[in-house]
Amino acid sequence: MTAARFSDASFSAHGLACRRGGRELFSDLDFEIESGGALVLRGRNGAGKTSLLRLAAGLLRPAEGHFAWNGAVIEEYGTQIHFVGHENALKPVFTVRENLSFWARLHGSLDGVGGALEAAELGRIADIPVRFLSEGQRRRAALARLLATPKPLWLLDEPNASLDKGATAWLAEVFESHLAAGGMILAATHRALGLESQPELTLGRTPA
Amino acid sequence: MTAFWTLVGRDVRLAWSQGNSSVLAVAFFLITVTLFPLGIGPDLKLLGRIAAGVIWVALLLSTLLSLDRVFQIDLEDGSLDQLFLAPLVPELMVLAKVLAHWLTTALPLVLAAPFLALLLNLDAAGYPPLILSLLVGTPALSLVGAIGAALTVLVKRGGVLLTLIVLPLFVPILIFGVGAVDAAIHGSPWGAAVIWLAVITLAALALAPVAAAWALRYALE
Repeated sequence: MTAARFSDASFSAHGLACRRGGRELFSDLDFEIESGGALVLRGRNGAGKTSLLRLAAGLLRPAEGHFAWNGAVIEEYGTQIHFVGHENALKPVFTVRENLSFWARLHGSLDGVGGALEAAELGRIADIPVRFLSEGQRRRAALARLLATPKPLWLLDEPNASLDKGATAWLAEVFESHLAAGGMILAATHRALGLESQPELTLGRTPA
Repeated sequence: MTAFWTLVGRDVRLAWSQGNSSVLAVAFFLITVTLFPLGIGPDLKLLGRIAAGVIWVALLLSTLLSLDRVFQIDLEDGSLDQLFLAPLVPELMVLAKVLAHWLTTALPLVLAAPFLALLLNLDAAGYPPLILSLLVGTPALSLVGAIGAALTVLVKRGGVLLTLIVLPLFVPILIFGVGAVDAAIHGSPWGAAVIWLAVITLAALALAPVAAAWALRYALE
């Protein structure tokens, strides 16, 4: 996978506040990620990691504050980001290849599908319906979406949940080459992601 | 536009491979309509008079069968998040899913309707307006239904609630649909009723995607 280099960019949050169900999760949050950089979100359950990722993806609207791309307030979402949430967004009756092809074609091109299947070591199970796959294989299929269509900013929610040791190591390599190509990663996790040298952001106050 | 047709294609294929909802809807339509001659008895004159109404009502109910899952499955497996992030405005995304629903559910019902009309002894003059009114009116059913499906997307087993929301909105479509057939049987001009159906469908085409997309965005929050 020799992905083309992404042009230099920065993704930043300014004075972000998030309220869910009348409860304030966080407020006055600032951070910045630049090309080749990552930010690892930490915090106890319910601290707002998932909410922050959904805010960054534009699926939620912040109570206050905004996100910026190269310093300009983001109006239009979607073209620069990949979002992998808790759910894998795979249709059980379709094969891995069909699932991946659908999302790739939706984003404009099928060119990356073969390479992504190969890179994610899904070649041997590419033509098996997803319902026959294990949880870890499904997760890998969902993550293969990141490789099928190149996008600079990856928003990942517990990306290596249910991955085994080998796949976790594979994911760490994927992250490394994405960052080397000038990509950006914002990931929430409780586990080691292979991004240990990257800055962390811990959400939530100490429990009262 | 490729994104739009890609989504239509996926939903049509999903409908085929996932328990085949088209066949279920047609089977439901068939059985419901068949119950009427059995219940009323072999009074051909009476059957012919109520044929259009029976077919339209049964078709409304059959359309509702698969409607509650149109957005719900995508919400549950995370696909809806991805669809909102795809290079496709939410209104067009809704329209693509509505079109797929119409193709897989409503269109097979429309094709089955003339055969059921035969069973109910519909007057020969009633066939052209029946088929035309169904073709023109059913897109409105899918479109208006999508608003209900989007509003109830968070409700577990929202099918009943969906029915309560959507059926009253189907009433004008039912009235003009049956009106066209009745007019033709009595030898009066029936074009106006079909034009009214077209007006309803066009209005639904303009409003439903916006309303449904708004409801879905609210549901994701």
